[in-house]
Amino acid sequence: MFLDPANFRHPAFRTGMADAFKVAPGIWAWGLMTGVSMVQAGLGPAMSTWMTLLVYGGSAQLAVTPLMAVGTPVWVVLATAFCVNLRFAVFSLHLRGYLMAWPRWQRLTIGYLIADLNYVQFVQNHPTPATDAAGQRAEMAYLCGNCFLTWAGWQIASILGIVLASQVPLEWGLGFAGVLALVGILCSLASSRMRTVSLVVSGAAAIAAYALPLRLNILVAIAAAVAMCLVIEKTAGVNKAAA
Amino acid sequence: MIDVLQLLTLLGLAAMTVLARCFFFILNRELPFPAWAQRGLLYAPIAALAAVVVPEVLATQGQLISTWLDARLMGAAAGVGYYVYRRGQGQAVLGTIIVGMAVYLPLHIGLGW
Repeated sequence: MFLDPANFRHPAFRTGMADAFKVAPGIWAWGLMTGVSMVQAGLGPAMSTWMTLLVYGGSAQLAVTPLMAVGTPVWVVLATAFCVNLRFAVFSLHLRGYLMAWPRWQRLTIGYLIADLNYVQFVQNHPTPATDAAGQRAEMAYLCGNCFLTWAGWQIASILGIVLASQVPLEWGLGFAGVLALVGILCSLASSRMRTVSLVVSGAAAIAAYALPLRLNILVAIAAAVAMCLVIEKTAGVNKAAA
Repeated sequence: MIDVLQLLTLLGLAAMTVLARCFFFILNRELPFPAWAQRGLLYAPIAALAAVVVPEVLATQGQLISTWLDARLMGAAAGVGYYVYRRGQGQAVLGTIIVGMAVYLPLHIGLGW
């Protein structure tokens, strides 16, 4: 994986890192605030550190820390984390076309590290899966570089947040930088009329369905937006290139 | 103090991360995949991000915000404005974050919006 020179010496590794760097301040601020939140929720510095190192998923961590702090049954904690992570299952369906060429342990290792922005930047840079070995290597190298920079920045920032938990008040709202990183990527994705439709439908559905538990509104919103776009394509005969 | 049960829970949570992120490529077997689903996936990335972001900017606990005097709204608008101004070139995303925070933090901390 990262220790394989075929990946880290590949030029695509640098491209992946450069892309991850564009959103890095958002990731850092978000990681920092996640670290602060875990400690303030009562998890303790040691467990919070283990949590960030092992779980590596901001939204799931924030969802389960309050549960763990009050001794919720383990299966409820695990089920909550899985549901909050369900959007990743949608991503995995998409990534399947790219990753099936690799052995299972490599798929699972890189898959574990592919967070929201890594997935989005990857499919943005590689709109269709490569069919030859050289192309697949370039994809893997890009993913390794992109995920490595995100992972390292997130972990350092989170641990910093855990250490500084009593000095950085949540009220400052530094975590908003993470939202802004996503806003920036949203702008770069909204490159066609149909994708803008997807953005608007999904955003509206996510607010309308907000009352659903376990952040299932995200899943509902993705389904609504994708369905709406497919229907519009069918009925209005949108040019395939317009997607 | 390290609590063994909590540590085991964390290992379980790590497994949940792997399970969700690798869900459809854990097994080696073929997956029947209709063409319309393949097309639908083109719209999934932007939909997923919008579903996460829009409620964070335009709503509080799922209620649409009812005032323009909101630091998140102003910060996000400034960020988008910068992105459009730069036409997405160069470090436009980085600039979106920095300009957005430069507007957001004074309004949020200074004025309490």
